[in-house]
Amino acid sequence: MKIQEKLLNDLAPRKFDKLGVIWTSALILLIIAGVIAYIDQIIKGQVVTNMRDYALWGIYISNFVFFVATSFVGSVIVAILRLTHNEWRTPLVRVAEIITLASIVMAGITITLDMARPDRLLNLFIYARIQSPITWDVIIIPTTIAISFLLLYFPLLPDLAILKDHFKDKKPRLSRWYGRFSLNWRGTTVQKAIQTKSIKIIAIMIVPIGLMLQTIDAWLFSTTYRIGWDSTNMGAYFIAGAVVAGVAALIVVLFVVRKTKKLENYITELHFDKLGKLLALACLIYLYFNMNEYLIPSYTPSTGEEIHLKTLFTGSYSFLFWLVTIGGLILPVLFLLFKKGRKPLPMFFIGLVVVICSWWKRYIIITPTLLHPFLPIQGVPESWHHYFPSLHEWLITIATLAMALLIITILVRYLPVVPIQRTADEQEKLNNEKH
Amino acid sequence: MKEQENNANNSRRSFLKKGIALGAFSATALAIASFQKDDVDETGEKVKLLSPEGEIVEIDKAYVKPAQDLHLPLDSKKIREGIPNRKFVMVIDLARCKNALNCVSACNKHHHITGKNAWLKVYKMQESKDTAPYWMPSTCQHCDQPACVTVCPVDATFKRRDGLVLVDNERCIGCRFCMAACPYSARVFNWEEPDQGEITMNMDMNMTQHASTPEHAGLPSVKGTVDKCDFCPHAIEKGELPHCVSACPNGVFYFGDKYEDTVTNGDETLRLGKLLEDKAGYRLMEGLNTQPSVFYLPPKERSDDFKDGLDKYKKFQSVEKPEQS
Repeated sequence: MKIQEKLLNDLAPRKFDKLGVIWTSALILLIIAGVIAYIDQIIKGQVVTNMRDYALWGIYISNFVFFVATSFVGSVIVAILRLTHNEWRTPLVRVAEIITLASIVMAGITITLDMARPDRLLNLFIYARIQSPITWDVIIIPTTIAISFLLLYFPLLPDLAILKDHFKDKKPRLSRWYGRFSLNWRGTTVQKAIQTKSIKIIAIMIVPIGLMLQTIDAWLFSTTYRIGWDSTNMGAYFIAGAVVAGVAALIVVLFVVRKTKKLENYITELHFDKLGKLLALACLIYLYFNMNEYLIPSYTPSTGEEIHLKTLFTGSYSFLFWLVTIGGLILPVLFLLFKKGRKPLPMFFIGLVVVICSWWKRYIIITPTLLHPFLPIQGVPESWHHYFPSLHEWLITIATLAMALLIITILVRYLPVVPIQRTADEQEKLNNEKH
Repeated sequence: MKEQENNANNSRRSFLKKGIALGAFSATALAIASFQKDDVDETGEKVKLLSPEGEIVEIDKAYVKPAQDLHLPLDSKKIREGIPNRKFVMVIDLARCKNALNCVSACNKHHHITGKNAWLKVYKMQESKDTAPYWMPSTCQHCDQPACVTVCPVDATFKRRDGLVLVDNERCIGCRFCMAACPYSARVFNWEEPDQGEITMNMDMNMTQHASTPEHAGLPSVKGTVDKCDFCPHAIEKGELPHCVSACPNGVFYFGDKYEDTVTNGDETLRLGKLLEDKAGYRLMEGLNTQPSVFYLPPKERSDDFKDGLDKYKKFQSVEKPEQS
């Protein structure tokens, strides 16, 4: 019981400090700005974006792909590490689950921002045609949202019950909320059996569902004839990229949470070391698929492919292309090879760079391809030959990113980021083994 | 000058109306002709007609009467089915195209295109610097295996049995997946409320149905939805040719029915199969297996210099701004 008290002291949710209040207000302001921009987009039409008939998709879509990618971290950390019996994952799982839920919810919202007629959203169900990859998305995204929610929720039940007791006298209202969400958890053997079984099923389900989600996302592009998209490599390429983006996002959030909540004793250097190795592995695998995607086609390029690859290697998109390839993949691997590079602070910066590069990577996948159609671009204004997001697009996109961070912030504020019950059980087990 | 042109167009169109009518119902026409032989004074002027067996037959003009009404009644629910037993095709003779752009302006006018990207464009083509340049009008290819239709999540764009690929602007959700899927860049998007004040006002005054129909795309265009060349089913229904075909002064465009093996550019009516065989017809990007309904005749033995078309070529404009009046 003593262990639990100490744990509760360390892990129970605490009020925002000053910095937390500023951070949260800033996020809310960004979201408001985005909502205003979106309302304006609804009124005037997507003419407020810089998308046009050739660059027909822009950062709404690449941002959507980014969210889908980061949502994969739940499948990787929770499910794959679980299936491979990597016990060190315990203090990381909840943060990973929170990122997954926030990302996939935002992915669902982001894709509708790109729809020019959101008022006809129901048509996706009324007139659904199963052969369209968008219909597959309509099926897989809500499924992933549901499963991700359960994956976060079921393991929380014991902790919610603990928090209900913890706040009983201090904050009765909060305590009542924890009580409601704890679904009457008492920790009986029957309850534990049901919970263990449910978590096991969900943890296994999230693996194929996560893989399907990433693959369908890739198929949105590879089901077209477009040069740069029409590739059989696409599914695996997106899965590998999702591991990179997801693990990097986890490292960044983990660092911030650890620092602000003073969890150095729970999220240790060992965890960052392990995550560093995982990120390095992910980057190497992604590099392999990048070679398949860009280097090998450059040996036998068709005319169109040659133009496309030239734009990326030496042309107008070369700066971004090499930035995301070298800065987002090659350099991180080099730094992470050294033990010093896998310390928390360097890892934070590496993670941050990888996340930012992951975002631009999706931009590089989507935009250049659209600007190289099969027939030449003619008969349209000069500005339609290029694409760079408009103010509206930036405001709306930044708002979606802010909303994802807000969801994470709120969940981190009210939920124990390191599982209390499970940590207690594990420590008890450890102590028993010692004696 | 303009009037004259219009008159020429009109007479050609009415001729066409007869031509198509006779092409389609030549058997009936012939039957009528022989039936009425005794009551008519021959003019001595002969007209060539295509019989259902594919023979060209001559007949005195006096016997030729246009079928009264080619109006093919279409149940509104059958818009997605199309006209029964027809398969519309187009042939574009690149050897004749001089970039006159009458096709583009006629299309823009009749479909009330107010955006900045025309549905029909004449491309300045040159595959590589070692090959010859040529002018290439490009419409929606009305593919038999349309990539756009496959990816549409709501069945807003659909393929009809008569070959047409159309868009239901009342259903389209504006995801633009079809535009990404189309290898011919044939589709355009209504990024803002289309500024078609004139036609929407007229519709209001006439108290007619305001809803747009896939059978007359652009009337009116709908904000946040996709538009494209519709092969003018509204004209076909009246026995007329698509606007681009009748507007072309050089007879570049042929339109017709694959099942009847007949195409016409208004001046001449030809057998589709023979035309494609004689002039080595081909389709755009055959390798993609989209099976277009538009055929091209290679730009060989051109009567005019490619450069003559350059005067009218505008790289950054395909829709002329409406005249200020």
